[in-house]
Amino acid sequence: MFITNYIKDVFGALKSLAVGLKRTGYYFTHHKEIITEQYPDNRDTLVMADRFKGEVVMPHNENNEHKCTGCTACELACPNATIKVITKFDITPEGKKKKAIDKLVYHLELCTMCNLCVVACPSDAIVMAQTFEHSVYDRSELTKVLNKPDSKIMEGIE
Amino acid sequence: MVEEIGTTTEGDLIINVGPQHPATHGVLHLVITLNGETIKKIEPHLGYIHRSIEKMCESLTYRQFIYVTSRMDYLSAHINNHACALCVEKGMQIEVPARAEVIRVLMDELTRIASHELWWGAMAMDLGAFTPFFHAFREREAINEIMEETCGARLTMNYMVPGGVMQDLHPDFQRKVKEFIILFKRKIDEYDELVTGNIIFQNRMKGIGYISPEDAIAYGCSGPVLRGSGVSCDVRKIYPYGIYGQLNFEEVLETAGDSFARYMIRIREMKQSIRIIEQLIDNIPEGDFVAKTKAVLKLPKGEFYTRVETARGEFGVYIVSEGGTTPYRIKFRSPGFSNLSALDHMARGSKLGDLVAMMGTLDLVIPDIDR
Repeated sequence: MFITNYIKDVFGALKSLAVGLKRTGYYFTHHKEIITEQYPDNRDTLVMADRFKGEVVMPHNENNEHKCTGCTACELACPNATIKVITKFDITPEGKKKKAIDKLVYHLELCTMCNLCVVACPSDAIVMAQTFEHSVYDRSELTKVLNKPDSKIMEGIE
Repeated sequence: MVEEIGTTTEGDLIINVGPQHPATHGVLHLVITLNGETIKKIEPHLGYIHRSIEKMCESLTYRQFIYVTSRMDYLSAHINNHACALCVEKGMQIEVPARAEVIRVLMDELTRIASHELWWGAMAMDLGAFTPFFHAFREREAINEIMEETCGARLTMNYMVPGGVMQDLHPDFQRKVKEFIILFKRKIDEYDELVTGNIIFQNRMKGIGYISPEDAIAYGCSGPVLRGSGVSCDVRKIYPYGIYGQLNFEEVLETAGDSFARYMIRIREMKQSIRIIEQLIDNIPEGDFVAKTKAVLKLPKGEFYTRVETARGEFGVYIVSEGGTTPYRIKFRSPGFSNLSALDHMARGSKLGDLVAMMGTLDLVIPDIDR
Protein backbone atom coordinates (compact mmCIF):
# COMPACT_ATOMS: atom_id res chain seq x y z
CA MET A 1 0.00 0.00 0.00
CA PHE A 2 2.17 2.76 -1.29
CA ILE A 3 -0.40 5.51 -1.03
CA THR A 4 -1.32 4.79 2.62
CA ASN A 5 2.32 4.69 3.64
CA TYR A 6 3.00 7.88 1.75
CA ILE A 7 0.20 9.72 3.51
CA LYS A 8 1.31 8.29 6.88
CA ASP A 9 4.85 9.50 6.24
CA VAL A 10 3.68 12.99 5.37
CA PHE A 11 1.52 13.31 8.48
CA GLY A 12 4.23 11.78 10.67
CA ALA A 13 6.68 14.32 9.31
CA LEU A 14 4.33 17.23 9.92
CA LYS A 15 3.75 16.02 13.47
CA SER A 16 7.50 15.84 14.19
CA LEU A 17 7.92 19.41 12.96
CA ALA A 18 5.01 20.57 15.12
CA VAL A 19 6.53 18.93 18.21
CA GLY A 20 9.79 20.82 17.66
CA LEU A 21 8.00 24.09 17.05
CA LYS A 22 5.97 23.63 20.23
CA ARG A 23 9.24 23.59 22.20
CA THR A 24 10.40 26.76 20.45
CA GLY A 25 7.03 28.36 21.18
CA TYR A 26 7.34 27.43 24.85
CA TYR A 27 10.58 29.40 25.22
CA PHE A 28 9.12 32.24 23.19
CA THR A 29 6.52 32.73 25.93
CA HIS A 30 8.72 31.86 28.95
CA HIS A 31 11.37 34.55 29.07
CA LYS A 32 12.50 33.75 32.60
CA GLU A 33 13.99 30.41 31.60
CA ILE A 34 16.41 32.10 29.25
CA ILE A 35 19.69 32.75 31.04
CA THR A 36 21.60 35.23 28.94
CA GLU A 37 24.25 37.25 30.79
CA GLN A 38 24.49 40.86 29.69
CA TYR A 39 28.23 40.76 30.19
CA PRO A 40 29.71 44.21 29.63
CA ASP A 41 26.69 45.85 31.28
CA ASN A 42 26.68 43.69 34.41
CA ARG A 43 30.22 44.49 35.55
CA ASP A 44 29.00 45.95 38.86
CA THR A 45 27.15 42.83 39.89
CA LEU A 46 29.46 40.26 38.31
CA VAL A 47 31.03 38.00 40.95
CA MET A 48 33.82 35.65 39.96
CA ALA A 49 34.23 32.34 41.78
CA ASP A 50 36.76 32.66 44.61
CA ARG A 51 39.00 29.99 43.08
CA PHE A 52 38.93 31.49 39.60
CA LYS A 53 42.48 31.61 38.24
CA GLY A 54 42.94 35.05 36.76
CA GLU A 55 46.47 36.16 37.56
CA VAL A 56 49.18 35.50 40.15
CA VAL A 57 49.49 38.20 42.82
CA MET A 58 51.46 38.60 46.03
CA PRO A 59 49.32 39.87 48.90
CA HIS A 60 50.92 42.55 51.14
CA ASN A 61 49.72 43.52 54.59
CA GLU A 62 49.16 47.09 55.81
CA ASN A 63 52.87 47.46 56.79
CA ASN A 64 53.92 46.70 53.19
CA GLU A 65 55.13 43.25 54.15
CA HIS A 66 54.87 40.03 52.15
CA LYS A 67 55.58 36.36 52.89
CA CYS A 68 58.02 35.54 50.06
CA THR A 69 61.39 34.16 51.15
CA GLY A 70 62.83 33.89 47.65
CA CYS A 71 63.13 30.10 47.74
CA THR A 72 62.39 29.85 43.95
CA ALA A 73 60.00 26.90 44.41
CA CYS A 74 57.45 28.69 42.20
CA GLU A 75 60.05 29.30 39.51
CA LEU A 76 60.94 25.60 39.46
CA ALA A 77 57.30 24.51 39.42
CA CYS A 78 56.33 26.74 36.50
CA PRO A 79 56.18 24.90 33.16
CA ASN A 80 56.55 28.02 30.98
CA ALA A 81 59.20 30.09 32.76
CA THR A 82 56.51 32.60 33.68
CA ILE A 83 58.07 33.50 37.02
CA LYS A 84 61.59 34.78 37.56
CA VAL A 85 62.85 35.28 41.11
CA ILE A 86 65.69 37.76 41.44
CA THR A 87 67.28 37.48 44.88
CA LYS A 88 69.52 39.76 46.92
CA PHE A 89 71.14 39.63 50.37
CA ASP A 90 69.70 41.62 53.24
CA ILE A 91 71.73 42.46 56.35
CA THR A 92 69.82 41.47 59.48
CA PRO A 93 70.06 43.57 62.70
CA GLU A 94 72.50 40.97 64.04
CA GLY A 95 74.79 41.70 61.13
CA LYS A 96 74.13 38.42 59.32
CA LYS A 97 73.53 38.11 55.59
CA LYS A 98 70.05 36.85 54.73
CA LYS A 99 68.65 35.86 51.35
CA ALA A 100 65.61 37.89 50.27
CA ILE A 101 63.83 38.76 47.06
CA ASP A 102 64.81 41.79 45.07
CA LYS A 103 62.13 41.33 42.43
CA LEU A 104 59.62 38.63 41.62
CA VAL A 105 59.01 39.13 37.91
CA TYR A 106 55.79 37.64 36.55
CA HIS A 107 55.05 37.38 32.82
CA LEU A 108 51.28 37.34 32.51
CA GLU A 109 51.55 36.86 28.74
CA LEU A 110 53.21 33.47 29.26
CA CYS A 111 51.04 32.29 32.13
CA THR A 112 48.59 29.44 31.52
CA MET A 113 46.95 29.71 34.96
CA CYS A 114 47.86 26.13 35.87
CA ASN A 115 48.09 26.99 39.61
CA LEU A 116 51.26 24.88 40.06
CA CYS A 117 53.28 27.80 41.47
CA VAL A 118 50.63 28.55 44.10
CA VAL A 119 50.56 24.90 45.16
CA ALA A 120 54.36 24.72 45.25
CA CYS A 121 54.81 27.82 47.43
CA PRO A 122 55.72 26.68 50.97
CA SER A 123 54.83 29.97 52.68
CA ASP A 124 51.60 30.85 50.76
CA ALA A 125 53.20 34.05 49.53
CA ILE A 126 51.49 34.03 46.13
CA VAL A 127 47.81 33.49 45.37
CA MET A 128 45.55 33.57 42.32
CA ALA A 129 43.56 36.77 41.90
CA GLN A 130 40.10 36.79 40.36
CA THR A 131 40.85 39.52 37.83
CA PHE A 132 40.18 39.09 34.15
CA GLU A 133 40.04 41.39 31.08
CA HIS A 134 43.81 41.39 30.77
CA SER A 135 44.06 42.84 27.27
CA VAL A 136 46.41 45.80 26.85
CA TYR A 137 47.85 47.65 23.88
CA ASP A 138 51.52 47.02 24.69
CA ARG A 139 52.84 43.58 25.50
CA SER A 140 55.42 44.93 27.94
CA GLU A 141 52.59 46.03 30.26
CA LEU A 142 51.94 42.34 30.95
CA THR A 143 55.34 41.86 32.60
CA LYS A 144 54.76 42.66 36.25
CA VAL A 145 56.83 42.88 39.40
CA LEU A 146 54.77 41.25 42.11
CA ASN A 147 56.48 42.64 45.23
CA LYS A 148 55.71 46.28 45.93
CA PRO A 149 58.57 48.82 46.15
CA ASP A 150 60.40 48.87 49.53
CA SER A 151 58.37 45.92 50.78
CA LYS A 152 59.83 43.63 53.44
CA ILE A 153 59.36 40.07 54.46
CA MET A 154 56.85 39.47 57.26
CA GLU A 155 58.32 38.57 60.64
CA GLY A 156 58.36 34.91 61.55
CA ILE A 157 58.51 33.64 57.94
CA GLU A 158 61.62 31.60 57.30
CA MET B 1 29.67 4.63 -17.38
CA VAL B 2 30.23 3.98 -13.71
CA GLU B 3 33.66 5.13 -12.63
CA GLU B 4 35.58 3.40 -9.91
CA ILE B 5 35.32 5.04 -6.51
CA GLY B 6 38.64 5.99 -4.94
CA THR B 7 40.58 6.89 -8.08
CA THR B 8 41.01 10.26 -9.74
CA THR B 9 40.22 10.37 -13.43
CA GLU B 10 39.99 13.15 -15.98
CA GLY B 11 37.04 15.42 -15.44
CA ASP B 12 36.98 14.99 -11.67
CA LEU B 13 36.69 18.08 -9.54
CA ILE B 14 39.10 18.48 -6.65
CA ILE B 15 37.91 20.92 -4.01
CA ASN B 16 39.32 22.07 -0.69
CA VAL B 17 37.00 22.16 2.31
CA GLY B 18 38.47 24.11 5.17
CA PRO B 19 40.66 24.97 6.96
CA GLN B 20 38.54 27.94 7.97
CA HIS B 21 35.02 26.77 7.21
CA PRO B 22 32.96 26.54 10.41
CA ALA B 23 31.61 23.12 9.47
CA THR B 24 35.11 21.63 9.45
CA HIS B 25 35.26 21.88 13.24
CA GLY B 26 38.34 23.98 13.59
CA VAL B 27 41.45 23.89 11.52
CA LEU B 28 40.77 20.81 9.39
CA HIS B 29 41.60 20.84 5.69
CA LEU B 30 39.94 18.21 3.50
CA VAL B 31 40.93 17.70 -0.13
CA ILE B 32 37.89 16.11 -1.75
CA THR B 33 37.80 14.46 -5.18
CA LEU B 34 34.31 14.81 -6.61
CA ASN B 35 32.57 13.25 -9.54
CA GLY B 36 29.57 15.50 -9.94
CA GLU B 37 28.32 15.59 -6.38
CA THR B 38 29.55 12.14 -5.43
CA ILE B 39 32.61 11.91 -3.21
CA LYS B 40 35.30 9.67 -4.66
CA LYS B 41 38.06 10.33 -2.18
CA ILE B 42 38.83 12.44 0.88
CA GLU B 43 42.32 13.33 2.03
CA PRO B 44 42.56 15.10 5.37
CA HIS B 45 45.51 17.50 5.45
CA LEU B 46 46.86 18.20 8.90
CA GLY B 47 49.50 20.43 10.37
CA TYR B 48 47.72 23.76 10.71
CA ILE B 49 47.92 23.87 14.50
CA HIS B 50 50.70 21.44 15.14
CA ARG B 51 52.44 22.36 18.43
CA SER B 52 54.54 19.22 18.92
CA ILE B 53 53.07 18.63 22.35
CA GLU B 54 54.66 15.19 22.66
CA LYS B 55 58.12 16.66 22.12
CA MET B 56 57.38 19.53 24.48
CA CYS B 57 56.39 17.09 27.24
CA GLU B 58 59.88 15.59 27.17
CA SER B 59 61.27 18.79 28.65
CA LEU B 60 58.64 19.07 31.39
CA THR B 61 58.60 17.26 34.70
CA TYR B 62 55.93 14.72 35.58
CA ARG B 63 53.98 17.27 37.57
CA GLN B 64 54.17 19.84 34.79
CA PHE B 65 53.32 17.82 31.68
CA ILE B 66 49.77 17.01 32.79
CA TYR B 67 48.49 20.52 32.17
CA VAL B 68 49.65 20.40 28.53
CA THR B 69 47.25 17.57 27.71
CA SER B 70 44.22 19.74 28.47
CA ARG B 71 45.25 21.82 25.49
CA MET B 72 44.79 18.83 23.18
CA ASP B 73 41.24 17.63 23.60
CA TYR B 74 40.04 20.81 25.22
CA LEU B 75 36.45 19.57 25.48
CA SER B 76 37.36 16.62 27.68
CA ALA B 77 40.42 18.20 29.27
CA HIS B 78 39.69 16.63 32.61
CA ILE B 79 39.67 13.08 31.29
CA ASN B 80 42.96 13.62 29.46
CA ASN B 81 44.53 14.84 32.69
CA HIS B 82 43.13 11.78 34.43
CA ALA B 83 44.93 9.49 31.96
CA CYS B 84 48.27 11.24 32.53
CA ALA B 85 47.85 11.23 36.30
CA LEU B 86 47.02 7.51 36.19
CA CYS B 87 50.15 6.79 34.15
CA VAL B 88 52.42 8.62 36.58
CA GLU B 89 50.71 6.91 39.53
CA LYS B 90 51.20 3.54 37.86
CA GLY B 91 54.91 4.19 37.48
CA MET B 92 55.38 5.61 40.96
CA GLN B 93 52.91 3.15 42.57
CA ILE B 94 51.10 5.93 44.40
CA GLU B 95 47.95 4.98 46.28
CA VAL B 96 45.17 7.46 45.55
CA PRO B 97 42.84 8.30 48.47
CA ALA B 98 39.21 7.16 48.14
CA ARG B 99 37.90 10.72 48.18
CA ALA B 100 40.15 11.72 45.29
CA GLU B 101 38.99 8.73 43.23
CA VAL B 102 35.34 9.72 43.66
CA ILE B 103 36.04 13.37 42.87
CA ARG B 104 37.90 12.34 39.72
CA VAL B 105 35.06 10.19 38.42
CA LEU B 106 32.50 12.90 39.21
CA MET B 107 34.53 15.45 37.29
CA ASP B 108 35.12 13.04 34.39
CA GLU B 109 31.43 12.40 33.95
CA LEU B 110 30.53 16.10 34.20
CA THR B 111 33.13 16.75 31.51
CA ARG B 112 31.69 14.00 29.34
CA ILE B 113 28.23 15.54 29.57
CA ALA B 114 29.61 19.00 28.78
CA SER B 115 31.48 17.63 25.76
CA HIS B 116 28.45 15.79 24.40
CA GLU B 117 26.33 18.90 24.97
CA LEU B 118 28.61 20.98 22.81
CA TRP B 119 28.76 18.24 20.20
CA TRP B 120 24.96 18.04 20.10
CA GLY B 121 24.61 21.78 19.55
CA ALA B 122 27.37 21.99 16.96
CA MET B 123 26.10 18.91 15.15
CA ALA B 124 22.58 20.32 14.87
CA MET B 125 24.06 23.60 13.66
CA ASP B 126 26.03 21.78 10.97
CA LEU B 127 22.74 20.43 9.68
CA GLY B 128 21.19 23.89 9.65
CA ALA B 129 19.32 24.07 12.98
CA PHE B 130 20.35 27.02 15.09
CA THR B 131 18.11 26.77 18.20
CA PRO B 132 19.69 23.56 19.60
CA PHE B 133 23.05 25.30 19.73
CA PHE B 134 21.77 27.76 22.31
CA HIS B 135 19.87 25.12 24.22
CA ALA B 136 23.00 22.97 24.48
CA PHE B 137 25.10 25.88 25.68
CA ARG B 138 22.55 26.73 28.36
CA GLU B 139 23.01 23.35 30.07
CA ARG B 140 26.76 23.33 29.44
CA GLU B 141 26.99 26.66 31.21
CA ALA B 142 25.70 25.04 34.41
CA ILE B 143 28.55 22.50 34.28
CA ASN B 144 31.08 25.21 33.47
CA GLU B 145 30.02 27.13 36.56
CA ILE B 146 30.48 24.06 38.75
CA MET B 147 33.95 23.58 37.24
CA GLU B 148 34.84 27.22 37.70
CA GLU B 149 33.94 27.09 41.37
CA THR B 150 35.92 23.97 42.19
CA CYS B 151 38.77 23.90 39.67
CA GLY B 152 39.11 27.62 39.00
CA ALA B 153 38.76 27.45 35.24
CA ARG B 154 36.06 26.69 32.74
CA LEU B 155 37.84 24.79 29.98
CA THR B 156 41.46 23.92 30.82
CA MET B 157 41.03 22.97 34.44
CA ASN B 158 44.37 21.37 35.40
CA TYR B 159 42.74 19.89 38.48
CA MET B 160 44.38 16.46 38.52
CA VAL B 161 47.79 15.99 40.09
CA PRO B 162 49.67 12.72 40.58
CA GLY B 163 48.17 11.23 43.74
CA GLY B 164 44.79 12.93 43.69
CA VAL B 165 43.33 16.33 42.90
CA MET B 166 44.74 19.81 43.43
CA GLN B 167 42.12 21.31 45.73
CA ASP B 168 39.23 19.95 47.74
CA LEU B 169 35.68 20.27 46.45
CA HIS B 170 33.95 23.60 46.84
CA PRO B 171 31.37 23.56 49.69
CA ASP B 172 28.61 24.30 47.16
CA PHE B 173 29.61 21.46 44.84
CA GLN B 174 27.12 18.82 45.98
CA ARG B 175 24.16 21.20 46.02
CA LYS B 176 24.96 22.57 42.57
CA VAL B 177 25.45 19.14 41.01
CA LYS B 178 22.12 17.94 42.46
CA GLU B 179 20.42 21.00 40.98
CA PHE B 180 22.08 20.25 37.68
CA ILE B 181 20.84 16.64 37.66
CA ILE B 182 17.25 17.80 38.10
CA LEU B 183 17.66 20.43 35.38
CA PHE B 184 19.37 18.09 32.96
CA LYS B 185 16.83 15.28 33.26
CA ARG B 186 14.12 17.71 32.24
CA LYS B 187 16.12 19.17 29.37
CA ILE B 188 17.30 15.94 27.77
CA ASP B 189 13.70 15.11 26.88
CA GLU B 190 13.49 18.46 25.14
CA TYR B 191 16.45 17.46 23.00
CA ASP B 192 14.51 14.49 21.69
CA GLU B 193 11.51 16.69 20.96
CA LEU B 194 13.57 19.31 19.19
CA VAL B 195 16.01 17.22 17.17
CA THR B 196 15.87 13.44 17.51
CA GLY B 197 12.31 12.97 16.29
CA ASN B 198 12.54 15.64 13.62
CA ILE B 199 11.89 14.28 10.14
CA ILE B 200 14.46 16.48 8.39
CA PHE B 201 17.11 15.45 10.87
CA GLN B 202 16.30 11.74 10.60
CA ASN B 203 16.36 11.79 6.80
CA ARG B 204 19.77 13.44 6.85
CA MET B 205 21.22 11.00 9.39
CA LYS B 206 19.81 7.53 8.76
CA GLY B 207 21.92 5.41 6.45
CA ILE B 208 24.54 8.19 6.10
CA GLY B 209 28.17 7.41 6.77
CA TYR B 210 27.78 3.69 7.30
CA ILE B 211 30.78 1.82 8.66
CA SER B 212 30.72 -1.91 9.33
CA PRO B 213 32.01 -3.33 12.65
CA GLU B 214 34.97 -5.00 10.89
CA ASP B 215 36.00 -1.80 9.11
CA ALA B 216 35.58 0.28 12.26
CA ILE B 217 37.93 -2.07 14.13
CA ALA B 218 40.37 -2.09 11.22
CA TYR B 219 40.55 1.71 11.18
CA GLY B 220 41.17 1.80 14.92
CA CYS B 221 38.02 3.74 15.73
CA SER B 222 36.97 3.92 19.35
CA GLY B 223 34.31 5.43 21.54
CA PRO B 224 30.89 6.28 20.11
CA VAL B 225 32.07 5.69 16.52
CA LEU B 226 32.96 2.06 17.17
CA ARG B 227 30.08 1.46 19.57
CA GLY B 228 27.67 2.84 16.96
CA SER B 229 28.64 -0.16 14.83
CA GLY B 230 27.79 -2.53 17.66
CA VAL B 231 31.29 -3.30 18.93
CA SER B 232 31.73 -3.30 22.69
CA CYS B 233 34.76 -1.11 23.45
CA ASP B 234 34.04 1.10 26.46
CA VAL B 235 37.35 1.30 28.34
CA ARG B 236 35.44 2.00 31.54
CA LYS B 237 33.89 -1.47 31.24
CA ILE B 238 36.60 -3.64 29.67
CA TYR B 239 39.67 -2.19 31.43
CA PRO B 240 38.17 -0.42 34.46
CA TYR B 241 40.30 2.32 35.97
CA GLY B 242 39.71 4.32 39.12
CA ILE B 243 36.45 3.22 40.75
CA TYR B 244 34.60 2.54 37.49
CA GLY B 245 34.68 -1.20 38.24
CA GLN B 246 32.41 -0.72 41.27
CA LEU B 247 29.87 1.50 39.54
CA ASN B 248 26.56 0.48 38.10
CA PHE B 249 26.12 1.75 34.53
CA GLU B 250 25.48 0.37 31.07
CA GLU B 251 27.76 0.36 28.10
CA VAL B 252 25.73 2.05 25.37
CA LEU B 253 25.61 0.10 22.10
CA GLU B 254 23.82 0.67 18.80
CA THR B 255 24.02 -1.66 15.83
CA ALA B 256 23.04 0.44 12.80
CA GLY B 257 26.56 1.81 12.22
CA ASP B 258 25.29 5.01 10.58
CA SER B 259 25.31 8.64 11.68
CA PHE B 260 22.02 8.28 13.53
CA ALA B 261 23.40 5.39 15.59
CA ARG B 262 26.39 7.50 16.63
CA TYR B 263 24.00 10.32 17.51
CA MET B 264 21.87 8.04 19.69
CA ILE B 265 24.97 6.65 21.42
CA ARG B 266 25.95 10.08 22.66
CA ILE B 267 22.44 11.02 23.74
CA ARG B 268 22.10 7.77 25.69
CA GLU B 269 25.61 8.07 27.08
CA MET B 270 24.71 11.42 28.68
CA LYS B 271 21.92 9.64 30.58
CA GLN B 272 24.38 7.00 31.78
CA SER B 273 26.78 9.70 32.98
CA ILE B 274 23.96 11.24 34.99
CA ARG B 275 23.35 7.78 36.47
CA ILE B 276 26.99 7.55 37.58
CA ILE B 277 26.90 11.04 39.10
CA GLU B 278 23.69 10.18 40.98
CA GLN B 279 25.34 7.12 42.50
CA LEU B 280 28.35 9.07 43.72
CA ILE B 281 27.14 12.52 44.66
CA ASP B 282 25.70 11.48 48.04
CA ASN B 283 28.53 9.05 48.81
CA ILE B 284 31.68 11.16 48.64
CA PRO B 285 33.95 9.64 51.33
CA GLU B 286 35.71 11.92 53.80
CA GLY B 287 39.49 12.04 53.97
CA ASP B 288 42.45 13.36 52.04
CA PHE B 289 41.99 14.67 48.53
CA VAL B 290 45.61 14.07 47.58
CA ALA B 291 48.18 11.47 48.58
CA LYS B 292 51.49 12.63 50.06
CA THR B 293 54.12 12.54 47.32
CA LYS B 294 57.68 13.74 47.01
CA ALA B 295 58.26 17.24 45.69
CA VAL B 296 60.20 15.89 42.69
CA LEU B 297 58.71 12.82 41.06
CA LYS B 298 61.05 10.30 39.49
CA LEU B 299 59.58 7.41 37.53
CA PRO B 300 61.57 4.18 37.61
CA LYS B 301 63.18 3.00 34.41
CA GLY B 302 60.64 1.35 32.15
CA GLU B 303 57.57 1.81 29.97
CA PHE B 304 54.11 2.65 31.24
CA TYR B 305 50.79 2.79 29.42
CA THR B 306 47.34 3.72 30.67
CA ARG B 307 44.11 4.30 28.84
CA VAL B 308 40.86 6.03 29.65
CA GLU B 309 37.56 6.60 27.89
CA THR B 310 37.20 10.24 26.89
CA ALA B 311 34.08 11.70 25.32
CA ARG B 312 35.51 10.81 21.89
CA GLY B 313 36.95 7.38 22.58
CA GLU B 314 40.01 5.70 23.91
CA PHE B 315 42.81 8.02 25.03
CA GLY B 316 46.12 6.41 25.91
CA VAL B 317 49.32 7.75 27.44
CA TYR B 318 52.58 5.93 26.85
CA ILE B 319 55.59 7.04 28.88
CA VAL B 320 59.12 5.75 28.42
CA SER B 321 61.19 6.60 31.45
CA GLU B 322 64.95 6.53 31.86
CA GLY B 323 64.68 7.14 35.58
CA GLY B 324 65.01 10.92 35.46
CA THR B 325 62.71 13.73 36.51
CA THR B 326 61.41 14.22 32.96
CA PRO B 327 60.01 11.54 30.62
CA TYR B 328 62.37 10.19 27.98
CA ARG B 329 59.57 9.85 25.44
CA ILE B 330 55.82 10.41 25.51
CA LYS B 331 53.22 9.24 23.01
CA PHE B 332 49.53 10.02 23.18
CA ARG B 333 47.00 7.77 21.54
CA SER B 334 44.22 10.19 20.74
CA PRO B 335 40.78 9.00 19.68
CA GLY B 336 40.12 11.74 17.11
CA PHE B 337 43.06 10.78 14.91
CA SER B 338 41.85 7.22 14.34
CA ASN B 339 38.23 8.27 13.97
CA LEU B 340 39.17 10.80 11.30
CA SER B 341 41.05 8.17 9.31
CA ALA B 342 37.76 6.32 8.81
CA LEU B 343 36.11 9.39 7.26
CA ASP B 344 37.44 8.58 3.76
CA HIS B 345 36.01 5.08 3.98
CA MET B 346 32.64 6.30 5.27
CA ALA B 347 32.23 9.08 2.77
CA ARG B 348 33.18 7.32 -0.49
CA GLY B 349 30.18 7.11 -2.77
CA SER B 350 27.97 9.49 -0.79
CA LYS B 351 27.03 13.07 -1.63
CA LEU B 352 29.00 16.15 -0.65
CA GLY B 353 26.05 17.51 1.35
CA ASP B 354 26.14 14.47 3.62
CA LEU B 355 29.80 14.95 4.44
CA VAL B 356 29.00 17.57 7.06
CA ALA B 357 26.63 15.20 8.83
CA MET B 358 29.30 12.51 8.88
CA MET B 359 31.96 14.86 10.21
CA GLY B 360 29.53 16.07 12.85
CA THR B 361 28.91 12.58 14.19
CA LEU B 362 32.63 11.81 14.32
CA ASP B 363 32.86 14.61 16.93
CA LEU B 364 36.24 15.85 15.77
CA VAL B 365 38.39 18.08 17.93
CA ILE B 366 41.30 19.13 15.78
CA PRO B 367 44.01 19.81 18.42
CA ASP B 368 43.38 16.23 19.53
CA ILE B 369 44.17 14.99 16.00
CA ASP B 370 46.92 17.44 15.16
CA ARG B 371 48.98 17.50 18.31
